[in-house]
Amino acid sequence: MLRLPAFRYHRPETVDEAVALLARYGEGAMPIAGGTDLMPNMKHRLFTPAHLVSLNGVDAMKGIRVEGGDRTSRNGSPAEPAGAFLEIGALETLADLAAHPAVRFHAPAVAQAAGLVAGPQLRNMGTIGGNVCLDTRCTYYNQTKFWRHALGYCLKKDGDVCHVTRVGRKCVAAHSADTPAALIAHDAVLTLAGPSGARDLAAADFFITDGIRNTRRAGDEILTRVRIPVVPGRRSAYRKLRQRSSIDFPLLSLAVAADFAEDASVATIRGVVSALGARPRLLSGWDAIAAGTRLEPDVVEGLAERARRQCRPLDNIIVDAEWRRAMVPVYARRALRELAGDR
Amino acid sequence: MEIVRLRVNGDERSCGVPAHYTLLETLRYGLGLTGSKQGCDKGDCGACTVIVDGRAILSCITPVWEAEGREVRTVEGLASGMETHPVQDEFDLNGAAQCGFCTPGILCSSVALLDRNPTPTREEIRAALAGNLCRCTGYEKIYDAVEAAAARLST
Repeated sequence: MLRLPAFRYHRPETVDEAVALLARYGEGAMPIAGGTDLMPNMKHRLFTPAHLVSLNGVDAMKGIRVEGGDRTSRNGSPAEPAGAFLEIGALETLADLAAHPAVRFHAPAVAQAAGLVAGPQLRNMGTIGGNVCLDTRCTYYNQTKFWRHALGYCLKKDGDVCHVTRVGRKCVAAHSADTPAALIAHDAVLTLAGPSGARDLAAADFFITDGIRNTRRAGDEILTRVRIPVVPGRRSAYRKLRQRSSIDFPLLSLAVAADFAEDASVATIRGVVSALGARPRLLSGWDAIAAGTRLEPDVVEGLAERARRQCRPLDNIIVDAEWRRAMVPVYARRALRELAGDR
Repeated sequence: MEIVRLRVNGDERSCGVPAHYTLLETLRYGLGLTGSKQGCDKGDCGACTVIVDGRAILSCITPVWEAEGREVRTVEGLASGMETHPVQDEFDLNGAAQCGFCTPGILCSSVALLDRNPTPTREEIRAALAGNLCRCTGYEKIYDAVEAAAARLST
């Protein structure tokens, strides 16, 4: 039996009320939506906020729609105007996202990633906002207080030593969410609401390489929505390596997105890997290899090898780091073959 | 202590709980509904699965306040009076329960599936039950039981 620490539960109905509550209670307050990450972490005493601010009553943070361009459409019709974007309320569940026709059509990698998070109950509960803001994970961190005490705690929580690097002063806990790699590959923009108003941040700029706190979200800010540009000719795919395909966090996650020209050649291509370090990583040098090609087998091979050379996972997850590295080109190949059209 | 009001298996129920109680703790220790099990108690195993507004969720990591104003269905609410739900019946006939600890959660996941999709494929059944761990059966008899229940419900 794992008891929660005591807290007061607040249920605001607007973003302003929620932000005001977070600002009023400062460090002692945390936002909660699906709770699938926060509740276990609180049971492990990784967080012990005196106040929880539930976002689930904030209706303005719900809904999935295609907007912008010269008209608004609620369906996933292929003929969206230029400048349109897919707007996803941060409270939308991962299950709804995975099944939504417009998400599957315009951002397949995002729908695939959402559908591969954890197991079905957790996808019914967990939200896209929560997945983007997911805490980092590490063998020496996601444990009960009893376990962590026996080891002498760690850099990320209650201690001053990193058991992964032994000597390092920097936390290397792994970014373990699925959707961010796909969102970055799709040039998504995140909206954060705080006491001084709302600000937009590219998903690619949201994460930092600090395993202790790996996002730019301030404690009194709330992620309210995700916007994904709708780009004609853009295709994407997501692949996830994990121990049990039924439920686990990623050991490696990989998203690819490419814009294809009318002649079916690649105009531009992006690959994003995650679960290897504290933040998702945009792979470099892919355009130089693949632009102008039709992702022929030797091009796919070149991209996969380029990805492997850039990835050096650490022993922060209890699975062999060399094997995870060896799987980078395998998963890159699989995702790229889907883009090329032969699954 | 605060008073929480829940609609559980069609009944309006209320009880006093500490503000940090989960839905599972409230069901088990506040309302005496001990069918939902406390397994890993941190969202991994699925033993605490209940149905809220038609969807299978994990009650061990749901703050009880999130269940207020919603329709909660537990294993105790699957049968109608003395008439067992076809899924329960088929679990019995197919030998789909051994130690039984995971069974209430799996029954809830199965009923939530069949309410949304009355004719699931074997693959859809496997996917819907992916979040429920069973260490006894090897799952095959469970899938058989859900398939048989689906066949019965659709005739």
